Amino acid sequence: MPQLIKRGALAVDPFTLVRDAAAELPSGPVIVPLAVWIAQRETLAARGDVGVWLTPADDPSALAADVGRLPVVAVDFPQFTDGRGYSSARLLRERYGYAGELRAIGDIQRDQLAYLAQCGFDALALRDDKNAADALAGLADFTDGYQLTHLRTPWFRRRPDGVAARPLRAVVE
Amino acid sequence: MYRYDAFDVRIVQERVAQYRGQVRRFLAGELTEDEFRPLRLQNGLYIQKYAPMLRIAVPYGLLSTTQLRKLACIGRKYDRSYGHFTTRQNLQFNWPKLEDTPDILAELASVEMHAIQTSGNCIRNITSDHFAGVARDETDDPRPWCELVRQWSSFHPEFAYLPRKFKIAITGATNDRAAVLVHDIGLQLVSDADGALGFRVIVGGGLGRTPIVGHVIRDFLPRVEILNYLDAILRVYNRYGRRDNKYKARIKILVKERTPAVFAQDVEAEWAHLRGGPATVPDEEIARLAAHFPAPAYESLRDDDPRYTGERADNRAFANWAQRNVHAHKVPGYAIVTLSLKKTGVPPGDLSSDQMDAVADLADAYSFGELRVSHEQNLIFSDVRQADLFALWTELKSLGLATPNIGLLTNIVCCPGGDFCSLANAKSIPIAEAIQRRFDDLDYLHDIGELDLNISGCMNACGHHHVGHIGILGVDKSGAEWYQVSIGGSQGQAAALGKVIGPSFAAQEMPDVVARLIDAYLAHRHEDERFVDTVHRLGIEPFKERVYAATH
Repeated sequence: MPQLIKRGALAVDPFTLVRDAAAELPSGPVIVPLAVWIAQRETLAARGDVGVWLTPADDPSALAADVGRLPVVAVDFPQFTDGRGYSSARLLRERYGYAGELRAIGDIQRDQLAYLAQCGFDALALRDDKNAADALAGLADFTDGYQLTHLRTPWFRRRPDGVAARPLRAVVE
Repeated sequence: MYRYDAFDVRIVQERVAQYRGQVRRFLAGELTEDEFRPLRLQNGLYIQKYAPMLRIAVPYGLLSTTQLRKLACIGRKYDRSYGHFTTRQNLQFNWPKLEDTPDILAELASVEMHAIQTSGNCIRNITSDHFAGVARDETDDPRPWCELVRQWSSFHPEFAYLPRKFKIAITGATNDRAAVLVHDIGLQLVSDADGALGFRVIVGGGLGRTPIVGHVIRDFLPRVEILNYLDAILRVYNRYGRRDNKYKARIKILVKERTPAVFAQDVEAEWAHLRGGPATVPDEEIARLAAHFPAPAYESLRDDDPRYTGERADNRAFANWAQRNVHAHKVPGYAIVTLSLKKTGVPPGDLSSDQMDAVADLADAYSFGELRVSHEQNLIFSDVRQADLFALWTELKSLGLATPNIGLLTNIVCCPGGDFCSLANAKSIPIAEAIQRRFDDLDYLHDIGELDLNISGCMNACGHHHVGHIGILGVDKSGAEWYQVSIGGSQGQAAALGKVIGPSFAAQEMPDVVARLIDAYLAHRHEDERFVDTVHRLGIEPFKERVYAATH
């Protein structure tokens, strides 16, 4: 079982992750492949306890109409070096307005947690052979950063010397 | 130059602490080699043939003398008292110990330096024009923009695990000295019809196994949009770049497969969502960064200093050096000087710790305490009084850094090759040396005129052989080291890829092969025609005939 980190602490995971699109769905809260969701969208949505997981290649726009009714969306990282899921997360959060639990699953390790969190993941399913207490420390590797992310505006907009505090639209025109 | 504030210091120190922990966990067996590799690479650490190699970032090629002295000191303390300047304006140490690398990074942080993202599948060190801020052909100074993009690219959470490495070059000049056409992204500062500053955006250039000249995907990008647009390009690449084959994973392959026009549409569609958003860069932020690059306290001088003119008339060796290694400066009475790291017998780009200290002293005395690294693996003093050139030349001569060969055949650009690199098919440094020895007659060299000779030990093309007027590529033929020769490549705004002249050669044939190419050129050239222009006018045939007639 992967270890679920939510809001900086270990959490109990009520969901069963169903990897196989052909498998029969177990009872209770489940996270299903995108293909299963698309095939049975209304039935599954009516249950209220069904989430969806995306492969790195799945386009998050497929869930654009569902963002208000999904209790969890997971994004799979088959290898931690496959960074597509970082963009999927930002699109779900920032383009499609998904506000529910966004979970990173797969090859999730300590040294990626801080970046995952910045991209909008608020649940991290740590690989089960990794030490959770140790991994939690990875979330605190960086106290801040330069870029615009899901969690913060660029540093140049927050600088105490305030050179960039003008309203945005005024900047563009 | 850019000085860290408390925020920059904190971020870099946090990185050092993170890396120190990663090394500790690797040595303790908590991270496997496969898990540790991407982490160490993003901190500049390769495992080479004989030892680790640590690549240190020199952001857009700018160094203070304090930093250079620190590099000298690190070389003595942790390495073999020398470093190697690379074609991406960085510095490599070839013999550090893995266990020492966290301490080396901590020492670098003490002088506002780092090795962040100098390797790995992420956004690499931003490179630029080594004449930035002092060139006469500049639309605007690229350095504030380089620093903006350096900060944006450092620890970008979304783009730390790209399909492949990603290189960005920025120039503010009309003559492209930053090779913007052969980078993943090339940015050129330009003015629109109303005089507003913006960027020409070039994508998908690169060398390596599939050399491609980049495509302009936007003629004019409003400057405030630069980070939004970069985010858009990187997001399209991160999502759709190939990850199934590392040889097809660079953005140039995506651009080619989508076609440049369709790729541009993809980027524009993504940008439409980001445009005007929080990453839009106000002019005040650029002004704040630009304040880090003030013009030094120039004296009011007139050009063509009479003493300098006299010294050139009196001393032919000095005149030769002045002709090749001194370049026009935008401020009257000042000059830009290239320190040649291409002395025969010294691996191109290498500098000893003692030389680093001496160069730092000279930069303090003659060039306001700063210097630059060029992508041709030389050092630049950007602000020398013409009246001081003779004294500087005298000092540089005694250090072995005054070889008057900038722009000439012996200013060879060369990767570390098979002597160090585990990727190499063949050695490159001994080939460079053999060619330099063959062409050691200065008068002959000057008569041959401008010629870029580039050597790469393998098709990864760190020596940029495709854009050499003469390019030499190390190849493996059943375990033996051979060399393939191409001609007609060029860098800059007329970037072109060289054409292979035919079957490859053994190492000992190489000086003769180059000599025969030169003979063919001298026989066919028009007056004032450069080697590469003769190749472009006549094609490769006359050169090919001359080379192979003699060997086969």
